[in-house]
Amino acid sequence: MTKTIAEINERIKKGEAVVVTAEEIIDLVDKKGVHQVAKEVDVVTTATFGPMCSSGIYFNFGHSKPRIKAQKAWLNNVPAYAGLAAVDLYLGATELAENDPANTVYPGAFRYGGGHIIEELVSGKDIRMKVVSYGTDCYPKKELSTWLNIHDLNEAVLFNPRNCYQNYNVAVNLSNKVIYTYLGTLLPRLGNANYCSAGQLSPLLNDPLYLTIGIGTRIFLCGGIGYVAWQGTQHNPNVARGENQVPKRAGGTLAVIGDLKQMEPAWLRGVSMTGYGVTLAVGIGVPIPMLNEEICRFVAVRDEEILAPVVDYSKAYPEREPDVLAEVSYSQLKSGKIKINGKEVPTGGLSSYAKARQIANILKEWIIKGDFLLTEPVQRLPSVETNITIKPLKERGER
Amino acid sequence: MKKRLVLTFLKETVEKPITYHLVKDYDLMVNILSAKIEPNEEGRLVVEISGKKENLSQGMDYLRDLGVSVQPLASDVRWNEERCTHCTACIPICSSQALVVDRKTMIVSFNPDFCILCGLCLRACPYQAIEIMF
Repeated sequence: MTKTIAEINERIKKGEAVVVTAEEIIDLVDKKGVHQVAKEVDVVTTATFGPMCSSGIYFNFGHSKPRIKAQKAWLNNVPAYAGLAAVDLYLGATELAENDPANTVYPGAFRYGGGHIIEELVSGKDIRMKVVSYGTDCYPKKELSTWLNIHDLNEAVLFNPRNCYQNYNVAVNLSNKVIYTYLGTLLPRLGNANYCSAGQLSPLLNDPLYLTIGIGTRIFLCGGIGYVAWQGTQHNPNVARGENQVPKRAGGTLAVIGDLKQMEPAWLRGVSMTGYGVTLAVGIGVPIPMLNEEICRFVAVRDEEILAPVVDYSKAYPEREPDVLAEVSYSQLKSGKIKINGKEVPTGGLSSYAKARQIANILKEWIIKGDFLLTEPVQRLPSVETNITIKPLKERGER
Repeated sequence: MKKRLVLTFLKETVEKPITYHLVKDYDLMVNILSAKIEPNEEGRLVVEISGKKENLSQGMDYLRDLGVSVQPLASDVRWNEERCTHCTACIPICSSQALVVDRKTMIVSFNPDFCILCGLCLRACPYQAIEIMF
């Protein structure tokens, strides 16, 4: 028994679609079996909420009188990239304020940067913008200082080159001192273990071979409607996989895009990682159409069946050594403790499962109400049949 | 009677042996939960003090006479629920289990009575959801 996305959309429009979350589907399949559930359910909603560094916004702030061609620009003293057209800027989530002491007083607090400005813009707060230029015949103005509000911008678009990592490292610290990483504060001698994935709710863990999520897939993006724009940077389909096809290492990724003006601060938050930097937490929900039994088996994946590698962030990670200390499941991670080298280690998350659950339920409501139709991917993401792998940098002195 | 208190000293009082006097003169049990005392700087002690009610009240009068500010512990820690995303990064860091997560809902909550003001969560929280005010 197979269904098409067009058929599912007809059922959504009629208000007849059966929609469940990637958490709810697990018990359903347990009770009724794959064959029955594949017939009964039309859409499964997946979600994730966590820090995603490769994120940012671009916007057009409108032409001043006289006109200026932005050469350099700052938003609340945080540099924005002006190497685009005259009044277009891109602000990256991890950009620091000009006067941030960073790690000169270690560990730096990194209280404010690009991610926080994005959150403030979405909250409707005014942001101070400064622009300088060299001046041209057609753009004579050389300096500009004004307040900006998201409502006054022509376009404001969230465009994230890499989000939604399909699985990720669990970070630990084998050294004798506290270390501060993008996976949080790690206490010495295996004092804690931090992970960052929604596990059984996470979009790409429910579609491990990218059968339904592709370029053009309509998604929940930070409270608004967004789209999958491309595979994300470092997209790596050819990692080790389990029998269930779920990657056991960081695998695929998504580049996503959406209208910033539709978004809500609850799902898009500035993040300060002590000793590391600033970033942005992004909330994403992705619907998976129940096209057949194979997809039903994939979306029924549970935390016990998803394994993540435990990596030492005091040495193996920074030195790019491949060592993995252990593999642990997300059910172990979410229980609050895991065992590594015979030692019981308490776990902490960076990805909020509570928020992911909320997003999966909101997307479910949107679809049930008929407000959100599914899209046919324009093109599939590169999967295991390609030879794509992630290449390390080879530093070289000669051309 | 038992109280958890934050004692803030002026730099002039830092070198006085006040814990000794609380124990000896007022028969109080003083458990130091955290301390930041440097010569010639404002100091701070987080203590749990127990003893008879009247002894406690006299002990507190003694501290105030010395110019030590005495505040209940709970009022100094603020967990901003609006900022918290329930990511659980603070959970393994909080050894006193003031910050805990319900494993079923994965929702984080804060119990100020268990907090010993160690301050480790301030660095561990990526959302600046916890503030300690002195």
